[in-house]
Amino acid sequence: MSTATHSPARTFAAHAVLIAYTAIALFPVLLIVINSFKSRNAIFRSPLALPTPENFDLIGYATVLKQGDFFLYFQNSLIVTVVSLFLVLLFGAMAAFALSEYRFKGNTLMGLYLALGIMIPIRLGTVAILQLMVASGLVNTLTALILVYTAQGLPLAVFILSEFMKQVSDDLKNAGRIDGLSEYRIFFRLVLPLVRPAMATVAVFTMIPIWNDLWFPLILAPSEETKTVTLGAQIFIGQYVTNWNAVLAALSLAILPVLVLYVIFSRQLIRGITSGAVK
Amino acid sequence: MVTETARSKSPIRWHIAVFLAPAVLIYTLVMILPLFGTLQLSLYRTIDGVRQFVGIDNFRTLFGDPRWSASFWNALGNNVWFFIIHMVVQNPIGIALAAILSHPKLRFAAFYRTAIFIPTVLSFVVVGFIWKLILSPLWGVAPWMMDLVGLKSWFTPWLGKEEYALTTLGLISVWQFVGIPMMLIYAALLSIPDEVIEAAEMDGITGMSQFWKIKLPLILPAIGIISILTFVGNFNAFDLIYSAQGAMAGPNYATDILGTFLYRTFFGFQLQLGDPNMGATIASMMFFIILAGVCVYLFAIQTRLRRYQF
Repeated sequence: MSTATHSPARTFAAHAVLIAYTAIALFPVLLIVINSFKSRNAIFRSPLALPTPENFDLIGYATVLKQGDFFLYFQNSLIVTVVSLFLVLLFGAMAAFALSEYRFKGNTLMGLYLALGIMIPIRLGTVAILQLMVASGLVNTLTALILVYTAQGLPLAVFILSEFMKQVSDDLKNAGRIDGLSEYRIFFRLVLPLVRPAMATVAVFTMIPIWNDLWFPLILAPSEETKTVTLGAQIFIGQYVTNWNAVLAALSLAILPVLVLYVIFSRQLIRGITSGAVK
Repeated sequence: MVTETARSKSPIRWHIAVFLAPAVLIYTLVMILPLFGTLQLSLYRTIDGVRQFVGIDNFRTLFGDPRWSASFWNALGNNVWFFIIHMVVQNPIGIALAAILSHPKLRFAAFYRTAIFIPTVLSFVVVGFIWKLILSPLWGVAPWMMDLVGLKSWFTPWLGKEEYALTTLGLISVWQFVGIPMMLIYAALLSIPDEVIEAAEMDGITGMSQFWKIKLPLILPAIGIISILTFVGNFNAFDLIYSAQGAMAGPNYATDILGTFLYRTFFGFQLQLGDPNMGATIASMMFFIILAGVCVYLFAIQTRLRRYQF
């Protein structure tokens, strides 16, 4: 690289822009978390100051944990997300393997059919989905949510995973076949472990919209026992609008799990994107 | 290869069906059939408890009845504006950030990337309320910040004013999602081979002109994908408006978009009862709009973009 493109002024400008934008991205989140640890007076008097020993206050968290059943909501969200994620990855990988490995009549057509769902959002079918769930008695169950999220996640999973499975060496699979492995064993023993990085990428892309979704929990499972964290936080905040401590604490509690997951997976996510998984 | 051809002669390869079945079944049952079910429902109406086929009457009501059509056009217009804000603000910012980030010798690039992407992983509910609090005149964080740069007099409760509310929500959504175009463009920029860049530098094309003349044409396909993703996402949006402004999409429906309009129609609000058939009609219109957008992209834009193979 020539030195002309790396003048100090240019580097400085680049960092200045990036720092400014990072501040814009992080400031609102930090503001909420910081203030959730303060007393009501301090929230209003000095919103930008860090909590000090004098105004440190956990009353907001106490209210949230007493009033809302956040542990239950959290558990619901976790069950829905983990089970849907597992099904999306398993079924998605199986279908992707069939599409990328075997030549059969209608292969391309099936690929296009499954890819349709990437562009057309499942939400548009809500009216009929609700009727389906009512008819099968699944309204207000976590199963309804799991089914919907599995269907929602499959198209992208199949699409990305079949791109990756095409890269798995044929020689390896054929060697397995000569050794007498069944097609199922070849898939589970040979191919799945090799596409693990791609699976992680798909997992992150699938997980975030499921955890954050408000629409389907609101429509399919709004009962107290099946509320997810997102819906629970939405309703709780709506009821406690004037209790700033509680609202800030509820927001912080809703932010933290996603943030922790993101920081754990961020390297995987970024690697997945930059390695061309979604190009 | 020998095994492959031998295999394809065997009559039925059950394992293919076994591999495909679960995904295809769930996808068809929970996604495709309901989509068509919704299209079908829009052709029926329940009159005195009996479901009747009414053809395109529901669509006629939606466009012909002044109350319905006013709401529909209002929601559609707002949705178009919402989309324009994303195209004009979110995508250029995303591209600019990616261009800066992709500089090969930039330090802390991973940190910036991770931090700027954080809002994208938060839920709409959280984002909606965070900004509602920050922009609230009660708390006073926004006016205080504007005072720092001497613009305090410009502050108004933006989310509460009809003329600003939608634009404000659009910008909040931009704040949340700028990470997506940034990442996709970043990936596209990284995949440009060094030889191309070096050749450009040999010819004396560096800095800004290098970006405009060399890199931008090469990342146009990625920009096309971002545009269509933005389009689908925006015309399907609901959560942010619902959590910040409620189902009524206030003030005075100024922030009503197709998603909130669908929700209100389907489930009813205040005194109006929910109407599944009109809801399905609106969902069908959204389906046609999104389908039209996707087709325009696939047939008119994507085929004309020149792709370079390295």
